[in-house]
Order: sequence, then structure tokens, then C-alpha cells
Amino acid sequence: MIDYPTLKILWWLLIGVLLIGFAIMDGHDMGVGTLLPFVGQGDDERRVVINTVGPHWDGNQVWFITGGGAIFAAWPLVYATAFSGFYWAMLAVLWALFFRPVGFDYRSKIHNATWRSTWDWGLFVGGAVPPLIFGVAFGNLLQGVPFGFDDYLISTYTGSFWQLLNPFALLAGVVSSAMITMHGGTYLAHRTEGAIQQRAARGAAGAAALMVLAFLGAGLWLKFGGIQGYVITSAIDPGALPDPLAKTVARSADAWWLNYHGQPLLWLLPLTGIAGAAAAALLVSARHTLSAFVASSLAIAGVIGTAGAAMFPFVMPSSTQPGASLTVWDSVSSPLTLGLMFWATLIFMPLIVLYTAWAYRVMRGKVTLAHIRANQHTAY
Amino acid sequence: MIPEQLVDLSRLQFAATAMYHFLFVPLTIGMVWLLVIMESVYVMTGQVVWKDMTRFWGKLFGINFALGVTTGITLEFQFGTNWAYYSHYVGDIFGAPLAIEGLMAFFLESTFIGLFFFGWDRLTKTQHLMVTLLMAVGTNLSALWILIANGWMQNPVGAEFNWQTMRMEMTDFWAVVFNPDAQAKFVHTVSAGYVTGAMFVLAVSSGYLLKGRDVAFAKRSFRVASAFGLASVLSVIVLGDESGYTVGEAQQTKMAALEAMWETEPAPAGLKLIAGINEQAQKNDWEIEIPYLMGLIGTRSVNKQIPGIHEIKARNRARIVNGITAVTALETLRKHRDDAQARRVLEATKGDLGFGLLLKKYTSDVRQATPDMIDRAMHDTVPRVTPMFWSFRIMVGLGFAMLLLFGLSFWSTLKSDCRARPWLLRAAVLMLPAPWIACELGWVVAEYGRQPWTIYGVLPTHMSVSTLSVNSLYGSLAGFIGFYTVLLIVEVYLMQKFARQGPGSLGTGRYQHEPAHA
Repeated sequence: MIDYPTLKILWWLLIGVLLIGFAIMDGHDMGVGTLLPFVGQGDDERRVVINTVGPHWDGNQVWFITGGGAIFAAWPLVYATAFSGFYWAMLAVLWALFFRPVGFDYRSKIHNATWRSTWDWGLFVGGAVPPLIFGVAFGNLLQGVPFGFDDYLISTYTGSFWQLLNPFALLAGVVSSAMITMHGGTYLAHRTEGAIQQRAARGAAGAAALMVLAFLGAGLWLKFGGIQGYVITSAIDPGALPDPLAKTVARSADAWWLNYHGQPLLWLLPLTGIAGAAAAALLVSARHTLSAFVASSLAIAGVIGTAGAAMFPFVMPSSTQPGASLTVWDSVSSPLTLGLMFWATLIFMPLIVLYTAWAYRVMRGKVTLAHIRANQHTAY
Repeated sequence: MIPEQLVDLSRLQFAATAMYHFLFVPLTIGMVWLLVIMESVYVMTGQVVWKDMTRFWGKLFGINFALGVTTGITLEFQFGTNWAYYSHYVGDIFGAPLAIEGLMAFFLESTFIGLFFFGWDRLTKTQHLMVTLLMAVGTNLSALWILIANGWMQNPVGAEFNWQTMRMEMTDFWAVVFNPDAQAKFVHTVSAGYVTGAMFVLAVSSGYLLKGRDVAFAKRSFRVASAFGLASVLSVIVLGDESGYTVGEAQQTKMAALEAMWETEPAPAGLKLIAGINEQAQKNDWEIEIPYLMGLIGTRSVNKQIPGIHEIKARNRARIVNGITAVTALETLRKHRDDAQARRVLEATKGDLGFGLLLKKYTSDVRQATPDMIDRAMHDTVPRVTPMFWSFRIMVGLGFAMLLLFGLSFWSTLKSDCRARPWLLRAAVLMLPAPWIACELGWVVAEYGRQPWTIYGVLPTHMSVSTLSVNSLYGSLAGFIGFYTVLLIVEVYLMQKFARQGPGSLGTGRYQHEPAHA
């Protein structure tokens, strides 16, 4: 048996791994969706773009579903508070995702230009909206979210939807959008040729540059822009039964920098984010597309890791009732469930990675215009 | 106090989106095995018509699957968005099978469905069959885990309330997995899916046969569907009976309601075929009954009694009164964590804590509950009888009608050419909606029948909701209705377009109605 404090930390890492896995796997097909209307000119080209992810998007989307399920099982209070508090934001993500299954599967089943271009924009929405909203959500987590609990631990969100769209959060949304677009661009460049590849590479490089700028901008804003972090001021017992009302929390200007002061090695995370994006831009421009995709994946891990490390042990700070903030220590499941889910993840995750890799191997190679024209009835 | 309107709208939204999702799921669960069977024959015999069958029915499968995926995410989201307190209160148990479903099943089916459609030219015959098989296994495993989660809502075993964390916590994972309710539900539900898949293929093939087109293709499809359908419908009926037998209080309450059994009758009780239900007076004005049958089915004995509604309510009233003590002790403890007396009281009464929480619908301070409130809470503990009674009867009636249809179809295809009996083919076309109606009504019996609880005996529905504004609910409900209406129109349009076009839509040059090449 693994002890409770260790399990709590392991699950923070595992949720991080799942989020990064989601951003790398589902992120590249969302990025492709975002780029679709711009890099694909004419129906055949758009079908090339769609078919680079056609066989894989569905499996990739399960990273998202499983990530949600894992948060439900491991951090039920976070799942409950975040999903209900961000009600309209979550619905916007959900409704944007509606466009993907039907967009991919139905688009090319009917020969009609309006029909097809409608679904192309649907795939754009399904690819562009979720990363934007997730970025905005992260931007709000960094500032704290207005919610609290009563004695029954019934959570109440006291803010509005519109206040989620504050300038800092929107900047975080830009980081996220640019990151996912960059990632989709490197993937698309890897799987296509000719003019489509050229446009994809240009899109990826541009998005990488934008991501670096926005990421640095967000960092500076956090440092000098008066955004306060959160810090636990009461004694922490990592082995205690989870009770988010048992602690006291203070806000302070340098709170989100404390972990970086304590563990200078953590600076490698933002460094990886920036260097990865720069490398992705250079590599994709030189048509080293696979390396560009790897560099872009590293950038994603770096950027998400940067935010996670800054906030640790906070997951969802409360701006109105700081003591009720949700942290790694006090919003988790029982040791039995955490242990069980840890082993389940440890067993299945490698299997998933293996057969996903096999599926990509089977479908490897460039998707070409000739291929689409020869497979009118079976290709997406 | 939680506004009742918020609770009603949250329930309406969940019911609407879950029932909508369940238009697509049974067909996926059933059709995937028909694809496995067809492709297996192709691999064994090498006859290309079986490959075409796999691909054509696979195309329709894909159109349906897309909406299954689309609408499934809604349900996962909704636990968090609309049932936040539920998610917190039981996430420790309920979240685990959901996450395992993702890890073990969704990844499998969703990864391999891509290769199913796009891997025909890149995989060997055997490899492709393996892909189809893994997709089928994934689909059915996902049904297993979601029904383990759902079975726990009906019969919450292997868990205990923890007042410090203010939630239910898992004590025995294997008890949750091998919950008899979950197992009975799983086999009954997937079998119902198999019937749906078989009915779909049978009806569409019958349509081709009636028109005399693509006969070789349609006859084979008809034969596979009738054999698979017959086996499945037998399993639905037999295993449905097994869910009836499953013990536990939730099932007892449901059984009393769906049988309109107000009074406890001497064992073995009779089975009511139909009855004139009078909800107001809480009795039946008239009934037509087969003696003894219900007692035999429900208890597998001649001398065990099945409790009637009045007896169940009287029992629950006592538990509600006891629950007041439990809730009071809990509220004291939440304020004064080291109150040893309150802790002892809660320990002794926590089995009835959920019943005490039923009063929260009527008063925020349960100590102030009046006898009238207690009575109302007591009446809440049994769902309305009329919808239960008739949903169940129509579901069972459709089940037996499909048994007859599949039996005759199977006999017809064995005996001679199935085209010899056009009336049977017409009946098959007409019966197409039957499994969907039966599945939806089965959902009503199981989930409406669980009311007023989300977790039977543990967490009342009205406490489970998120604290949202009523306007948010109107907004989201309107959004869902809008999206789902458009999606349904698009899906049905494509389904009927390709079903009408038939295997010619594959563009192989071997069938009628080939599309013009662009």
C-alpha cells in the first residue's frame, strides 16, 4: 500500500500527465481543426487536412473524457466545483465538441458545397473553442475563482460568466490557443506535402511565435501586474482526511513564485515551454516535421507544467472564501479509491499508448490529393 | 433551501439528454457484433459479399456511432455541471468505474473504430477482423463499467458514509463490481442492444427483399440478423426476469410500483396483466390478474411475500423519523467536530441518514419537520405507479412481439427462401421502432423507478443538484434542445439516405444504385 500523502502527490502528477497527454494527443487534431479553413483551399485540399486526423481524432478525444473521469474519481470536489462553477464555459466546450464527431463523419457523405463548408467551420469551432476556453479557465484559476462551501460542502459559485473573460484570463487563452495551433500545424506539416504543408508550416511557426510572446507576457503580468497568488498559512498535514474548510489561506503578491524560489530546477519548465516552441518553429520551417512535432509536444508539457508548478499545492483557489480553496491535500478521494485508480492507470496507460502508436503506424505516411481522389467514397 | 424548479429542470435536462443518448447506444452495442460475425464469415470463406456486408452495415454503424459519441460526452459533463453535490457526495465510488471505463473501454473502441474504417487496405484480413473484434469488446466493456456505476446508484454496496469528509467512501471495490444489480443490468441492457442491432439489420434487409433488390446481399443479412436477434431477445427476456428477481430495497420498491401492488398480498402473489390505477385513492379500481405468477417470478419461492406499497411506505416513515436524529447529529458534528455524543448518535443512526435528508425538500432544519412534512416525504419514497406500470407492460409486450418476429424470421430463413413470406418482411419493417421504444421504457422503469433518490436510500435527488440559477437551466436546456433537434434531423436524413441507397453506396460496382463517380 502506498501511503496517503504520497498518493495525493502521485495523483497531482497523474492528472498533470493526463492533461498534458490530452493537450498533445487531442490538441494536435484540435489544432488541425483550427487551421482547416485556412490551410485547405478547395474541397479536395480540405479533405486532405481532415483525413490526416480522420482515423485518430476519436481515440484522441478519449484523453479528454478520461481526464474528466480521472478528475471525477481522484478529485471529486474539484470536478463538482469547477464544472458547476464554470457552467457556461463548460457548456461552450461541450457544444463546440458536438461539431467534431458529426463534422468528421458526416461532412463528406453529401456532395454539396454549402453542406461541406458548414461542417468545415464546425470542425474549426470544435478545434478552436475548447483550447481557448481551457486557457481562459487556467487564467482564472491563477487569479482565484469566486466560490465557497457551506457545512454540507455544497459549493456555490458567486461570480458571473462574463467575469471569467477578464484580460489576464484572455491572455492565458491566447497562450493556449496559439500553443494548440502550433501543435496542429507541426502535425499537419508532417502528414501532408506541397502547398498544404507549406501553409501548415507557416501557421505553426507563426503560432509558436505568438505563444512565446503571450506566455512571456502572462509571466510578466503575473510578476508585475498585481495578480496575487495564494498560500496556505495554517499547518499542513498531508495525511489528514480531506477537508477543504480546515485550513487558512492568505493572498500575497509573490505566492505563485514561491515554489520557483524553493526549487530552482522548476525553471526548466518554462524554459522547456519557450525553447520547445522556438525549436518547433525552426524545425518545421526546415521541414524536419517529426522533430518539430516532438519539440511542440515538449513545449506543451513545459507550459502546462509551468502553471501547475506555480500553483502547487493549489488546484482551484477561492477568491471569496480563500480558506475553502481546493488543494492537492484536501480535495481528493479516499486512499482506497486513489490507490485503486493509480494502479488502474498504471496498467492501462502503457497499453493505450502502445495500441495508439500502432494505429498511427498503420496509417503512417503522407495524405495526398491523389489518395483523396482515389477514395471518394471511403475517405472523410 | 434548493428551489424545486431547479431540481425539476435539472432532472428534465438529464432525462432528456440521457434518453437521447440512448437512441444511439443500443444500436452501437448490437450492430458491432453483427459486424464481427459478418467479417468472420468473410475471413473464413473469402466471399466478398460478406466483406461488403461488413462495410455497408459498418457505414450505417458509423453514422449512428458519431451521435453516440457526441451525446455521451454530455452525460459525463452533466454530473459535474448540473449534479455537483452528487459528484462530491459519491464521486469516491461513482467516479472510479467512470474513469476505468475511459481507460479500459473508450480508448479501445475509439482507437480501433478509426482503423475499422480506414484500415481495410492497410491491414491483413485477420488483422482487420481483430480490429473489429477489439472495437466490439471495447464497446461492450464500456457498457459494463457504466452499468456498474448505475447499478451502484440502485443498490449502493461496498461504501460507507464519512462525516468528516461529508461524503460516501468506497470500502470494497469488488463489492461494487460484483453488485448483483449491476451484473443483472449489464446483461439485460447489452442484450437489449443486441436485439436493437438485429432489428435494424432485419428491417432494412427486409425492405431490400420486398423491393427485390440486392437480393444475395439482403438474404444473408436477413439470416444473420434473425439468428442473432432470436438468441438476443431470448436472453433479454430471461435476463430481464433475472433483474426482477434481484433483491434489494430499490428493486422491491420498483417492483411494487410497476406491479401496482398497493397491499402486501399472501404469497405467492398474482401477476396483474392490466389494472385501473387510482393514484389518488392509492388503490386499483379493477385488475386482471394471473394468480401466483408474480410471487414465483419475484421471489423464486411459493412462500416468500413481496411487500406492497403501503407496507414499504410505513417502513420508510419510521426510517425518516430515525433519519431526523441522524441529520441532527451530523449537523452538530459538522459545527463541533469533537462532540463525542453526537458522534455516537450518528454512528447508531447513520443507516437512515439518507431518509432524514429527504425532509430537506420541505425544511432546511429537519428538527422542525411537521408530521405533515414527514408524511409527504414518506409518500415521495415510492414513485408514481401509473408510468411505472404501463412503461413496464409496453416494454415486456414489445419484447414478446419481437420474440415472435425473430422466431418466425429465423424459421422462415431456415425453411426456405425468406422472400416467400412478404407479410413477414413487411412486419419486420413495421417493427423497426420496437426495440428503441422498449429500451427507452426500460430506462424509465429503472431510473424513474429509483426516485426520489439519485443513490437509493443514501442521497435524495433534490439534494444532488448544482446550485445554479433557474435561468441557467432554461438556457442550457434550450441549447440542448436546439442542438439535438438539428443533429437528429441530420442523422436520420443520412441514415435513410444510405439505407435507401443500399450497398451500392460503397461504390464497388457490384450492386444496384451505384453513385455516379465524381
